[in-house]
Amino acid sequence: MDGIHDLGGKQGFGRVRHSPAAPVFHAPWEKRANALYSLAVRLGIFNMDEYRHAIERMEPRHYMAASYYERTLTSLATLCVEKGLVTREELERRAGGVFPLALPSAPGRSNAALRERFKPGDRVRVRLDHVPGHARMPAYIRGKQGVVVSESPPYPFPDAHAHGVQATDEPTFDVRFTTAELWPDSADQALVHVAVFQSYLERAASVAH
Amino acid sequence: MRQMVASVEQRVAAIEAVLDELGMKPGEFVDQASQLADEKWVPQNGARVVAKAWADAAFRRRLLDNGIAAVAELGIEMPRHHRHLVVLENTPTLHNVICCTLCSCTAFTVIGLPPDWYKDLEYRARVVRESRTVLKEMGLDLAPEIEIRVWDTTADTRYMVLPVQPPETRGWPEERLAAIVTKDSMIGVARL
Repeated sequence: MDGIHDLGGKQGFGRVRHSPAAPVFHAPWEKRANALYSLAVRLGIFNMDEYRHAIERMEPRHYMAASYYERTLTSLATLCVEKGLVTREELERRAGGVFPLALPSAPGRSNAALRERFKPGDRVRVRLDHVPGHARMPAYIRGKQGVVVSESPPYPFPDAHAHGVQATDEPTFDVRFTTAELWPDSADQALVHVAVFQSYLERAASVAH
Repeated sequence: MRQMVASVEQRVAAIEAVLDELGMKPGEFVDQASQLADEKWVPQNGARVVAKAWADAAFRRRLLDNGIAAVAELGIEMPRHHRHLVVLENTPTLHNVICCTLCSCTAFTVIGLPPDWYKDLEYRARVVRESRTVLKEMGLDLAPEIEIRVWDTTADTRYMVLPVQPPETRGWPEERLAAIVTKDSMIGVARL
């Protein structure tokens, strides 16, 4: 989904608040939220793709305003409700107030019908897919061309795995894009590498640019 | 009257109570995970890896070839869903920097849990598009001839940067080398 979480290349943000000395956790509840979601994954209540997708489904104003661990907490609670472990009313009764959850999920999808095995040096193009459910394809590479630099072992296909849809695991390819291809004339010169699932890729017909 | 949003503390306690009643023993797990976060998922792991790669050329080759297997030699584990660790070697003319624009993924068992700024919207939005500017704002003013390579952690492949060894540290024992390696340098927002 083209959600609020998909931040790569968005303009208008200010300076990074660099804080090398800051602790990883700022309050005990953050540590608890982080541990509890990890426990739920370990117990098989939900998987990492479902977890990430429930964060992406947060109401955009809530997503932007929430701290990192509040997003963790919201995903955990949303999935516990959706999986039938508890009702929202029960959670709110226990919490003594409103418990904001993520919005409902749209359908997922399985692997692409045609998937190619690429090798380093191959020119590829990111497909022009728009999906309502979970995907791990940042919008800034959609339709863009790059070069494969390496292959990773097969992973569960996120678009399916976040939705309980049957799919086969597939490799990801680290694809190198130039910032000139991604944001012509409006980016610092650099090479940007993105780990792209096989289903998102097709062979580029001709040379890039 | 509209009801107020419960505090994050109350919300965490509510979820924990639910998991507890379902027999999932969350209290025990929170204690274990806390200990892991404080003691095991620390940047000192990655620092040991970097120090050994600087001091031992054969290890460096193994690390660049298969990151997971090489860090396992030092007793450092990665979660099951991280199936590949790609180690990105900086050189005097090449600089790598990692990020996660979609959430905040990192090789946390190796380089430590991600810092606040890595998870913030600003870094996620800007570093892919304005890498040189962002690095400069963060105190790393790279010479124009240094090529920048950004790595966006969009799958479960994980990345870490192997910084350039400062020349004055050649010949130091690994323990002393490890002490100069920072989390920032393994993310790639600093050079040593």
